[in-house]
Amino acid sequence: MIPQSFQYESPGTLAEAIQLLHQYGDEAKILSGGHSLIPMMKLRFATPEVLVDINNIPGLTHIVEENGKMKIGGLAREAEIEHADLLIKRFPIFKDVTKLIADPQVRNRGTIGGNLAHGDAANDHPAVMLALNATVIATGAEGTREIPIDEFFFGFYTTALQHGEILTEIQIPVPPSGTGSAYHKLERKVGDYATAGVAVQITIGDDGIVKAAGIGLTNVNPTPLRAVRSEQALIGKPLTEHSIAEAAQYASEDCNPSADLRGSEEYKRAMVAVLVKRMIHEAANRASNN
Amino acid sequence: MLKEITVTVNGEKHTLEVEPRLLLVHMIRELLNLTGTHIGCDTSSCGACTILMDGKSVKSCTILAVQANGKSLTTIEAVAVNGELSALQEGFKENHGLHCGFCTPGMILRATELLANNPNPTEEEIRWGISGNLCRCTGYNNIVKAIIYAGAKMRGEELPSTEPQFV
Repeated sequence: MIPQSFQYESPGTLAEAIQLLHQYGDEAKILSGGHSLIPMMKLRFATPEVLVDINNIPGLTHIVEENGKMKIGGLAREAEIEHADLLIKRFPIFKDVTKLIADPQVRNRGTIGGNLAHGDAANDHPAVMLALNATVIATGAEGTREIPIDEFFFGFYTTALQHGEILTEIQIPVPPSGTGSAYHKLERKVGDYATAGVAVQITIGDDGIVKAAGIGLTNVNPTPLRAVRSEQALIGKPLTEHSIAEAAQYASEDCNPSADLRGSEEYKRAMVAVLVKRMIHEAANRASNN
Repeated sequence: MLKEITVTVNGEKHTLEVEPRLLLVHMIRELLNLTGTHIGCDTSSCGACTILMDGKSVKSCTILAVQANGKSLTTIEAVAVNGELSALQEGFKENHGLHCGFCTPGMILRATELLANNPNPTEEEIRWGISGNLCRCTGYNNIVKAIIYAGAKMRGEELPSTEPQFV
């Protein structure tokens, strides 16, 4: 399978890349890790006339902690995130999620920026970013702007990114001690999209009260979904089997999965409930060790 | 419009003119005649086309040749040195790590990076480590044994038994 012909540009600076994106408008696509875009081009689901390869732009692969925020460059590859010790220590959820994204070769190429900018509710990072309350930094001709993750996902393959904008960084607030996070997706086989996936981050105070909770769902809604009622069911009270069951129940009611080869709607709702329960337990477990 | 690229393949520098849409695996097989890199699924699922790009295992069916500009590639043809099998090749041979052989080049290059990053992997780490490579003959057990064998050989330890295990 061979893509349709296109013009290839490989700018060495962000400014040059943005200029090219403006010049070619709708005809241009950004090439990051390429492991969603190139398969789509081979199947001719995507037929861009110009590819702007951002892989040779320096300064977009960092993973650093600064001013209470974890900052991850848009070009940081999954394999780098998988082995970023500081990041994993603060957010063990990244160890969970990267291990479940495709396979090692794909993780050597795939980038976190591409995973988010692709706007696919089946991708794994969106739910994680919802749970972690991330902010997306987009850079365009006018400079940079911050997009809260709750305003980022619009619809199938659609995000808040405008033409001429590049996802350059993800910022995640570093939570207080007593915080834990976890992710799991049910998949039929390695490399499959999630039948259902759940990301949880939870902060439990010294008094045992849940101070904050973030819950994101993968591939059970047209867009990545924050389980708002589930979060509210946990916050402001001690974590009990009752509150966890309530959170699980709400998530399974509030998602909107469609039946496909991975299962019926009912099955997916049931799996969301199971995974929400398990991930709250796992995150709380990690919170108590942190 | 053709693009000029320079790539180092198995230690040898090549300057090529390629169409941007040319996939790396086609460059390797058709322009350089290195047909040890196989095309299996052509959809980044099976791993038969795995090569090393700057030491990292990648699926060459999902990378454009133009993206390899300035990079260093290793294919299965360069794994044996002066006709001497690498520890992994020896491991596959001794443990029946292949039947039809179609997945073997990709398996060996993937396992090369795995052992470079983790010289003493557990069986679970090996199984996760080759999860992007499909084999339809062996049932994987002998491939796992082959990688364990190669790890032991590279660490200079006593080699595990290559006797078949019936379970």
